[in-house]
This record gives sequence, C-alpha cells and structure tokens, in this order.
Amino acid sequence: MFTIISRIFHFGFKNFWRNGWLSTATIAIMTLSLFVFMNLIMFGVVTRAAASSIQDKIDISVYFTTNTSEDQILSIQQSLQSLSEVKSVDYISRDQALAIFQENHANDPTISQAINELATNPLEASLNVKANDPSQYGAIADYLNSASLSPYIDSVSYTQNQDVIDRLAKIVRNVQTGGFALTILLAIIAGLVVYNTVRLAIYSNREEIGIMRVVGASNSLVRGPYVVEGMIWGGIGAIVSLLLIAPGVYFVSPYLNEFIPSLNMFQYFYTHLAQLLLYALLFGVGIGSFSSFFAVRRYLRN
Amino acid sequence: MIVFQGVSKHYEGHGSALEDMSFEIDPGEFVSLAGRSGAGKSTIIKLLIGEEKPSKGRVFFGQYEVNKIHDSDLPAFRRHIGVVFQDFRLLPTKNAYENVAFALEVAGRPQREIAELVPQVLDMVGLGDKMTNFPNELSGGERQRVAIARAMIHRPEVVIADEPTGNLDPFHTFEIVKLLEKINQLGTTVVLATHDKEVINSLERRVITLDKGRIVRDEQKGKYILV
Repeated sequence: MFTIISRIFHFGFKNFWRNGWLSTATIAIMTLSLFVFMNLIMFGVVTRAAASSIQDKIDISVYFTTNTSEDQILSIQQSLQSLSEVKSVDYISRDQALAIFQENHANDPTISQAINELATNPLEASLNVKANDPSQYGAIADYLNSASLSPYIDSVSYTQNQDVIDRLAKIVRNVQTGGFALTILLAIIAGLVVYNTVRLAIYSNREEIGIMRVVGASNSLVRGPYVVEGMIWGGIGAIVSLLLIAPGVYFVSPYLNEFIPSLNMFQYFYTHLAQLLLYALLFGVGIGSFSSFFAVRRYLRN
Repeated sequence: MIVFQGVSKHYEGHGSALEDMSFEIDPGEFVSLAGRSGAGKSTIIKLLIGEEKPSKGRVFFGQYEVNKIHDSDLPAFRRHIGVVFQDFRLLPTKNAYENVAFALEVAGRPQREIAELVPQVLDMVGLGDKMTNFPNELSGGERQRVAIARAMIHRPEVVIADEPTGNLDPFHTFEIVKLLEKINQLGTTVVLATHDKEVINSLERRVITLDKGRIVRDEQKGKYILV
C-alpha cells in the first residue's frame, strides 16, 4: 500500500516535470482562473465595505419641541435603544446643535450675525437614530410617530427623506445580492474552464493510459499520478495568482480609499494573506484533482 | 493453458471477425498465428488479454475464464501476460529503464528488486548502454526490444506478440524473432501473430493459419501457406 502511494506521488511529480509544456499551459489557465477567483473575493470585500459605508450614512433624526425637557428626551432615547431594530441612538442637545450650526457656518458672516442677534437658541434638541438594517427605518419611524410621543416631537426626518432612504436601502441590498450572484457565476465559469483544460491535458495522455492498463496497472495507479499532477497545477496556480494580484491591490488600494474611507484594501490583503492563500489553494488543488479524477475515468474502461 | 471454445466475435455493422473458433495452446509452446490482415489474428489477442469480450463461446487462460473477469480485476490478470505490439506502445515520458521498471512497479514489487532486475533484462535484449534513453531517442528495433524487455521482466506465463516486426526492417525483424525464441527457451509460452512469411518459415514451430475468421490449418512445424 505504502509502495503504491509513494509510486503514485513519484510518478505524478515526474510526469509534471517531464510534460513541461503541457504543465506550463495548464498552470497558465489555472492561474488565470484563480486570478479571477481571487479578484472576486477582493470584489466582495469592496462591495461589503461600500455597502456598509452607505449604510452608515443613513440615519433618521428626531427633533423635539423646545419645551421638552432633557430628562424626557433621555428617557425616549432609552426606550429607543431597547428596540431590536435600533443600532445606536445619539443625543444632540440644543447647545450642541447650536455649536455645530455655528461651526458649519463660520465662514458665512450673515448667518453668524443673525444667530448672535437672537436672544434665545432657536435650535431643537435631537436624537440621531441608526438602524441595524436600512429597511428597518420605517418601523422605527412608526414607533416615533405613535400618539404617546407626539406631544414632544416636532418632526422626524424619515418622513421627509423616506424616498432617499428607501432607495439607498435598495441599492445596498442589490449590491450585496448582485455581487454574491456574480461571484458564484464567475467562480463556476472559472471552474469549468479549469475542468476543460485538465480534460484536454488528460485527453493528450489517453494512449498512455491505455498502455498502462495493458501492462497491468491498477486503476488507482493509472489515475493517482494524474490527480497528483492536477494538485500540483492547482497549487502552483494558486501561489502565482496571489503573486500577480498583490501589486494590483497595492496600486488600487489608495484610490479605493478615497471613495470608501473605511476600507484599506492593501492592509486587508496583507492581514488576510494566509486565509486568501488557503482559499486559493483549496479552490486550485480541489478543482485540479477533481478534474483529473473525472477526466481519467472515461479512459479507465477496458 | 490457453483454450478457445467455439469463440465467435461479431462487430456491429462490420460483420464477424471470428467464427466458431476452437484451439488449445499448451504451456511452453511457441505458436504462430498466421494470416493476412483482417484474418482475425488481432481479435484473438484482444480476446486473450480481455480487451474485448467474445460474442459467443469461452476463452480460458490458466485458471481464469477471461470473458468473465470483472473490469476491476483485469489489471491483476494482465500481470500474468506480457504483450508486445506492432507500434511498441512505450510510455513516451519514461526512459527505457523506467518503461521496463513500470511492469514491476504496477505489480507492487519492491524497489530493490526492480533496481536489480531491470538492468539485467535490458542487458539481455542488448540495451544495457541505452537505459536512460527516451523512446524518441531509440530506433524502431531498439524500441521493440525495450517493449520485449517490459513484456518479460515480470516473468509472465505467456508472452503475446502482435505483429512485433511489422514496423521493422528484415535485420531487426530477425533480432526480435531471436529474442522471442530465447524467451520461449526460458520456459515461457509465446504466441506470435504475424503475416511475415520469412519469420514463420524460419521458426519451424506450430503454426495456426487463419483466414476470414476461421482456422484453415493447424500444424506442428508449420509453414506459411496462403490459401
């Protein structure tokens, strides 16, 4: 048993080496497919980051009438926080609102002057509510519009921005499901391309398979070396595709960072290198050996 | 040792290759199957090594009934036989040594035994100095000698040669026939399919002459006589 297994690996490595051109061509296709596969993973990271940064920008604000006391607002904040849909609630007092307003309009002398001329602070205190999922804003707004809260509340921004929020929520959803579907589709295509390439490589070896069988080689001894070869092709393809993708990520990373400030692509790549290599190896070695296994099968009859 | 009992082989749409054929070959015999191409020589060999199954009748090899061997048991069965083909059928990615060693490796023989045996047999066929040459670096005659070395190294009970000299010039043909005789002298049964008149006449051994899928003559010390 051990002799057979060691011979299978020995033959596999030797064939790989001696079929130099065939191996090179197959590895090139493998690399290309794995390159696509790795890009899909990185693409997934970007879409997730983009979606969550959009999601982060969505919130609703609740403005309270100026005669609502701070205690009342804080108790409403607590009741909001106890809702399962709510991710966070930030309280902005009337003084803070004024400070923010002044800061935003520091360069506009007319407005600053107008504010200074007023005796009282005209701005309302507010709560800034973020939901776990963009589609949950409707439910939160409904809660805020309930009769028990209406005496304190002046306005809820959701009612004004409902269209925009819903549309953003839809975009986030579409980007996520679309990206996932595209990933699956392209991964299947990459898999089929590899399978076909391996099939061709095995096809060019069909006579040798016949010879081995006539000499009395068992099926596992005929098939084993090809499976080993498939694993080598996949393994090398995985490593080369990672080497190819690294400089690409390095150059693209700063540009992506401008669009999505929360995303540092290169750092992600670097910290997840082991994981990415594992994925690539699993995909490459898996599909390489699987393809060989099935491609040889048809020549093992008789 | 080898028995054909009323064997017929029909190919769909191509008529019959063998018709009701019966003969026996005893251990240690050297038998030539003679006849034109298409007479049924290759079909007999394919049935003998289990590459095809008869449409009718039974084929025995030693204790095996060949037509009943399961596909997965064929490899083990074939290790009892050594086969030499007209087109050599060497593995192009293996050198002479490795091609011969392969027949032992598939049988799971230990490495030390292989390292000892292969050079001996290659020496015997006169290729001791070309062990590391690949098939494309060898002449036709040399390739066929590698094939013969591979066919005999695992000491099979029978060596079957299907037109082994078909691609060779008269000089190399003579060499190969000498080798087959030598293998036979060592006690191995040899079945040689050929349409080469010179070869058959020089052997002076048993000849089974075939024509259109039937046996027309079966003689000890036969000659090649066409009908």
